[in-house]
Parts: sequence; C-alpha cells; structure tokens
Amino acid sequence: MNDSQVVNILASIVFLSVPLMLAILGETITERVGVINLSLDGTMLLTAMAGFVVAFETEKALGPSPADIPDTIPVLAGLFVAGLIGALIALLIAWGGIALKQDQVAIGFVLTLLLAELANFLGQRYTNLRGPRVAHLPIPVLSEIPLIGPLLFDHDLLVYGTLILVFAVWWFMYRTQPGLQLRGIGERPESAFVRGVPVNSLRYLYTALGGFLVGLAGAAFSLDVKLGWSDNHISGMGWIALAIVIFGGWHPLRGAFGALLFGVTKAIANILQTTYPAVPTVLFNSVQWLLMLGVLLLVGSDFTKRLISVLPRPMQAPLARLLRIAPPQALGRTFGQES
Amino acid sequence: MTHQSVSARTVLETIWPAVPILMALFLITMMLMLVSSHSPLAVYDALWQGAFKDSASTFNTLAFFVPLLFCATGLLITYTAGLWNIGIEGQMIMGAIGASWIALKVAGPNPNLSPLLIITLEIIVAMAAGALWAALAAVLKTRGGVHEIFGGVALNSLAIIATNYLISSPWQPPSGGSFHGTEEFAESALLPVFGNTHFSPLAFVLALIALGIVILMLRGTHWGLQLKALGKNPRAAFLLGVSSERQALYSMMFCGALAGLAGAIRVLSWFGRMPQSVSGGIGFLAILIVLLASFRPVWTFIIAFIFSALLQGGAQVHLITQLHSSLSGIIQGTLVLFTLLFGDFRRLFGSKTVEEPEVS
Repeated sequence: MNDSQVVNILASIVFLSVPLMLAILGETITERVGVINLSLDGTMLLTAMAGFVVAFETEKALGPSPADIPDTIPVLAGLFVAGLIGALIALLIAWGGIALKQDQVAIGFVLTLLLAELANFLGQRYTNLRGPRVAHLPIPVLSEIPLIGPLLFDHDLLVYGTLILVFAVWWFMYRTQPGLQLRGIGERPESAFVRGVPVNSLRYLYTALGGFLVGLAGAAFSLDVKLGWSDNHISGMGWIALAIVIFGGWHPLRGAFGALLFGVTKAIANILQTTYPAVPTVLFNSVQWLLMLGVLLLVGSDFTKRLISVLPRPMQAPLARLLRIAPPQALGRTFGQES
Repeated sequence: MTHQSVSARTVLETIWPAVPILMALFLITMMLMLVSSHSPLAVYDALWQGAFKDSASTFNTLAFFVPLLFCATGLLITYTAGLWNIGIEGQMIMGAIGASWIALKVAGPNPNLSPLLIITLEIIVAMAAGALWAALAAVLKTRGGVHEIFGGVALNSLAIIATNYLISSPWQPPSGGSFHGTEEFAESALLPVFGNTHFSPLAFVLALIALGIVILMLRGTHWGLQLKALGKNPRAAFLLGVSSERQALYSMMFCGALAGLAGAIRVLSWFGRMPQSVSGGIGFLAILIVLLASFRPVWTFIIAFIFSALLQGGAQVHLITQLHSSLSGIIQGTLVLFTLLFGDFRRLFGSKTVEEPEVS
C-alpha cells in the first residue's frame, strides 16, 4: 500500500463517518437535556427514505438541472424535510415523556420498530433508484495541501458543515451561558428551575434540535454516503450511534472522535477481508457489533478505573478526567415542579 | 363531586382503553387512503381473509400464535423484574440453531432413532441455547455495565450473523445456494403438525402450560414476589436482601429458554429447515404485545392471538394488493404507540381519589 492509498482510505473514513457524527451530535444534545430518544434506528431509516424521496420528486418536478449546476435545490429540500421529520419524532418522544409522563424508553423502542416498518412501506416504490446527491465540492487552494487537503477539504458541503458543527456544538455547550443552562437542565433540573430557567420548554427546544440533526443524519446516508433507498437501507446504524454517544461520555468532541474510530475499525476490517479471502465474509459483519459491545464494556465496567489506578500517579488525574463517563444525572427523568 | 359525575367518570375510565385503539385505526385508515389505490376496507378484508379465510389459514394463524405466546410469556418474567429483554430475537435464533443442530447432526444420520427422543433432545438443546444467549446479556449488564438494551441489540445481530455463517458455510445444502437455508430436516426431527398446516398441537399445549406456570409463579411464589420487588423498586429489594444480579440472570435465562423453544418451533414446524430469517420479527412483536397488555397475562394471551392473525393476514394483503408486507407491523406498532401515549386514563386526567397537585 503506498502513501496515496493510505490518504485515500483516511479521507474516505472522514467522509463515511459524517452521518454517524450528525446522529451522535443530535443525540448528545438531546440526552444532555435529560431526554432519551431511543428511536434513532427507526428515525434514521424513515428520514433516509423521506430525504431521498423528497429530493427525487423535487428533481423530477423541476426538470433535469443543467450540467453545470448540481442538484442543489432537490438535495436541500430532501435534507430539510428529513431534518423536520426527525425533529417531529423527537418532539413526540419528549411530549410523551414530559407532558403525558410516559416511559421515554418504551415510546422510543416502539417508534424504532414502527418507523422502520413505515419507511419500508412508504418507500416501496422508490427502491434501487438513482437520484440526486450532494455535490462534490473541493475547496480551492486548501484541498491542495498535502495530507490535510484530501483529508478535510476535498469533500462536499455536508461534510464541511458537519465538521464545523461538531466544534460549534462543543463551543456552545462548554463556552457559553445558554450552553451551561443546557447542561444544567440535564443534570439538576430543579436547581436550574429555581434560577429561572424554563426547564421543560428548553427540553422541548433542544430535543427538537437534536432530532433535526438525527433526521439530517438519515438523509446524509441516502443522499451522500450510501446513496438511494432499499428495504432496511441503514438498519443498525442508529444503535451504533446510540452506543457511541455513551462511549463518547455525552461529549460532542469525544462522540465525533468515536464515530471516526468506528470508521477506522471498519476500514481495517475491510482491508483484512481482502487480505484473508479464506475467512467467510459474513463473519466480518460481526466486527461492528463486537466493537459496540467492547466499547460499552470498556466504559461500563470498572476495568478502566482499575487500569488507571495502576498507572503512575501524575498521569492518573488527567487520564481519569479524559475518560470520565457519567450520564446526565436527570437522563430520562421527568421534571415536574411539584416534585 | 356529585354521585352522577363520579359514575360517568367511571364509565369513561372503563371504556377509555378503546379510545387510543380507535385513534390508531383512524390514522392507519387515513394513511391507506392516501398511499394505496385500494380502499382501506378492501385492505382490511384481505387481512381478515388471510388470517381466517379457511381452516388452513386459521391454523397457520395459530402456528404464529404459539411462538409468539412463548416469547410473550417469557417477557412477562423479565418485565416484572424491570428488564428490557430486547435480545429475545437473538435468543429465539439461538434456540432455532440449537434445534437445527440436533435435527441435522443427530436425526439426519440416524433415521432409526425414535422421534420422541429426537424432539425431546431438540427442545432441551434449544432451550439451553436460548437461555445461554440470554445469560450473556444478563452478565454483560450485571458485570460489564452494558445496558441490556444495547447488549440485546448487539447479541441479536451476532445471532443473525451466526445464522448467515452456518447456512452459507458448514450447513450449506449439498445442492448449493448460499443463503437459502439448510436442506430439509429428516421427518423424524419435525414436530407433528395438524393436517396439512404448520400448527403443532403439542407446541400449543406446551405454550399454554408455560403461560399457566408463569401466571402461578407471579401470583403465588417467593420468586415471583422477589422479581416484582426488583422491578418496582430495585433499591428496596436490595435492602430486603434480594440479589439483583442473581434475579436478573435467572429471569433473563427463563425468558431465553422460552424464546429458544419458540425458535425451535419455528424451524421444526413452520419451516422444516433452518432458513436465513428464522424469527420473522416474532421476538420484537412479543415485546409490543407485552407492552400493549401492560404486562397482564390474560391480555397478553388475547393480544398475542390478534397480532398473530395480523401477521398471517399481512402476507395475504401483499399478495392481493401489492402493498408492502410491513403493513401489519405498522398496524401493530401504531396500536402500541397510541396505547402507550394515551392509554392511561388516570395519568391523562388525574385520579379521582387522589387529587394531584395542580401544575401551573
């Protein structure tokens, strides 16, 4: 393998991780305010279907776009509708939990199954079609830089937008006053309320925002990374995203890093697969699930804690802070003023 | 509050559970009118015809009912203990793999063994396989800190991958074809079925016994009480000396054993071989059933029957109207979603005895 091949693989990892990053970012925001949207796997299937169908039909209605203008309007329409659907689903879960005081996990799980069926049902006439896609748009000059150019600046607007969003969300959460509020609502809603924060309204707002990103993630698959629609097009990715949110310790940067790590592992599995053709292909499919169990074990069991305790003392505190995994304290708990 | 208004309220509270169901049916009817060229009535008629047209379809509805009932019965135990056994699909698949292993490797080469012995062996191995797969999810939770939902999802996928591996490599039929499943099992390995259908009366009786045992266990045994305590208030249960780790393990294994048995029934009476997709979503469907029944055994029984009719009818709808076969899943999911959201009268409108503090 020569250098340019390695760079190509790394660049494709960045590209392929984008939908997962969006979903992780969205769910991180949602869970940070204390709401669990467990429906990711179903939501992303539905929005992948809806995004593709909307883009496909818009393109048909507008007529074929001239060769020099890529399918910008259809793609934007698809992404927007997908995001909107994601936001509505997230709001439904938040409403069921906050206003109707029902179990968010139960609602989320039922939605996971229901939305997947709905996606297959409604997308029936759109399977295996070629449709519009997000246009490749290398950034002039910057994309010429060796290594960094192809890695970061030789993609499309969705990729650039997502990478910027990762840092924007981190900055918002940890460096601004509303971000502090956001984290407070998920940790100690009572204290936030006493300080005059409208807890439930903000929970609705951030859950919808998070849901919008999850919806975008679905369409990012069907319009950019895994083009088109077919039955159960991306099933499983929602669960992977939910697991990486935990692995990322509910932190946007670590979540995005987790998505990249996941991409790296899949790339390694792909390379191994071509190197050892004797091993049945189906067994390589198990890599992502073993990985998911592995990382959850890593953060869930006290293995990491024990590992840190045998390291030299000066390293312990920073490492513990770096690897700290604590769910938002009020996660999944409804906040009522009477309690 | 006058006497009159109280009784009107009581009546409303009694009939309330029908309201979310009607809402769901209304919504589905609207959706059908929007997306399908057939009238919703024609679609519902096709559903009904598919499930109960003649004795063959009725018995096939029952053939779906049996594994569903096993899974739902097992889930009554895990839900009582406060556990989300999402991994039930994988436990079913593992049971099917266990039963297929006996059918292919023991019954196949030894045609003279008595069917009774083989079937007993198949059932035992299937239950053990399901229980072990469930134990894995339980240990991941109690020792590894992996929530049973995530452990279950991963173990489900791994079980599907195991099936794909088996039917494409070691258990591939001599005739080739990589993902069509194994060859047909020997006659002696199959469960006796009713006439020309897939319905096994023996399995049905076993399912009824299992449900009866679970009802009695939850009502009147020490274990049932411990599980209830654990499900309602884990901390109090801990203080009373109930080991949450052990109870989680036992209840998951109990459910896994029943799910494994359900998987065995699928391959030994429905398919007669090991296909690529063993479960057909029955495990997840059982979760929906138990949620819709709010963990009440009698309602679990009734809803499991209705849902198996929807499952059997759904295939027919696809043949008649060309609508995607996921329609039955949509109906089932919408019913459960609306019941979860709006089914609890007292939560929606407050309790009549205890006035909840006003939330301003």
